[in-house]
Amino acid sequence: MTWEEMLPLLGPATLETAQMVGWSTLFTLLLGLPLGVALVAFDRDGLRPLPALKSGLGFVVNIGRSLPFIVLMIAIIPFTRLVVGTTIGTAAFVVPLTVGAVPFFARLVETALREVGTDVVQAAQAMGASRTTIVRKVLLPEALPGLVAGLTVTVVALIGYSAMAGTLGGGGLGDLAVRYGYQRFETLLMIVTVVLLLVIVQLLQSLGDWVARRLSHK
Amino acid sequence: MIQASGLRKQYGTTVALDGVDLHVRQGEIYGVLGQSGAGKSTLLRCVNLLERPTAGTVTVAGQDLTALGSGDLNRARQRIGMIHQHFALLSSRTVAGNIAFPLEVMGVPRAERERRVGELLELVGLDRRGKDRPHRLSGGQKQRVGIARALAGRPDVLLSDEATSALDPATTQSILALLKRLNAELGLTILLITHEMNVVKAVCDSVAIMSGGRIEESGAIADLIKTPGSRLTREIFPLPEPAPAGSVTLTFTGDPRQPVVSEVVRKFDVDLSILGGSIEDLAGGSVGRLRVELAGTEAPAALAYLRDSGLIVEEAA
Repeated sequence: MTWEEMLPLLGPATLETAQMVGWSTLFTLLLGLPLGVALVAFDRDGLRPLPALKSGLGFVVNIGRSLPFIVLMIAIIPFTRLVVGTTIGTAAFVVPLTVGAVPFFARLVETALREVGTDVVQAAQAMGASRTTIVRKVLLPEALPGLVAGLTVTVVALIGYSAMAGTLGGGGLGDLAVRYGYQRFETLLMIVTVVLLLVIVQLLQSLGDWVARRLSHK
Repeated sequence: MIQASGLRKQYGTTVALDGVDLHVRQGEIYGVLGQSGAGKSTLLRCVNLLERPTAGTVTVAGQDLTALGSGDLNRARQRIGMIHQHFALLSSRTVAGNIAFPLEVMGVPRAERERRVGELLELVGLDRRGKDRPHRLSGGQKQRVGIARALAGRPDVLLSDEATSALDPATTQSILALLKRLNAELGLTILLITHEMNVVKAVCDSVAIMSGGRIEESGAIADLIKTPGSRLTREIFPLPEPAPAGSVTLTFTGDPRQPVVSEVVRKFDVDLSILGGSIEDLAGGSVGRLRVELAGTEAPAALAYLRDSGLIVEEAA
């Protein structure tokens, strides 16, 4: 395969991967962040102790975490059809990617929030701050470097998941690697795909590390 | 200003507070002294209800906090400043941002917040550090930020949770001097807990000594010093306990240069040997404590004379 033949394949595939990862990152952030806050806030010693609810949420999160992504992807096909109306194509795979990443990210959010010292939370309580103020102005800003680090890890994991999505009709770089690298023995294209993924992951990780460092004032 | 009655706090079967009454008058600095585990931290945290007492009531500035719902409790807490052993500053905010935080909680508009933060930085001597992050400051400076933050909402009361325990002796002195100044200039009522007698000696008007979840002794320091056998006096003046048989312990609360000892020796036929003693500046005056042995036939008369001169005379059995 020549570069002229590969570029029209690589370009759209990269774009599809970016779309799948981009949208599912957005939805993961929107759903996972509140879930992570809930896991901390509803804890026995949390801001709003509701241990039963916290256990329930923890259980659901653990189910999500314990299913291999490829199994999860197939298992929730009916749900995907319900949400997007189809089960193939890039848009359809945003659903399983989000469902797979939300519990993962929520646990990382939980860990980052637990790093915030109880002393600053209690100081805010002593000032008469409400629970929402404490979440918005103490917990989230104080945990921000950890949250950014968690999001970076999640995005990288999503790139990995998205490659699996490719094998079931989601498109993207994973799909390319299967169809050309595996089924047609296009070694050069396979190598280019691998290098491309490595570069993307490295860049994202470095960006995430840099932002987290900039935000940290310890 | 602060009135706690019958406070009990139980964690499972552990009793942290076992029926504590506390009365802090307006404008005084009240110290709660005790070893770790004595319950003083729990007591302080019961005053602003960071811990809810198992039984008993807490009244601050005339308001029974234990009877309030969470919205009213939050408003009441805005009138109670608190400073912490490890400062508890937000690392995500600048010094100025930390001091502004309680004002944001209270809903003070931005312009007013900025003006007030400027005043507070000046009050605690950190005028030019507003834009710094807390991690750039020394421990003493961090605690000054903590104090400025605690005072932002012009509270009636300041609670101090071992505020100087993480600081070196010189910095401790400067923070205590600042608290004393704020007490004098703003009429701020301060309730502090500490395990250091030095803190009590340096700034407190009144003291409660805690142990095992109970207050063993409490009152104005000036009064406790004059109370024979008070635990405070024994702890401030490190004379060997128990006093050796036949010895007499004298406590002076007036002018330490009063020559009572030499007078006694001149007036009565006694020999006086000094076993130990020291003088401390306490509660605005000097207090001395001297352990002596009196020998001679006129010893009882000499002791009576000392009592008449206003000294506290404690005879060992």
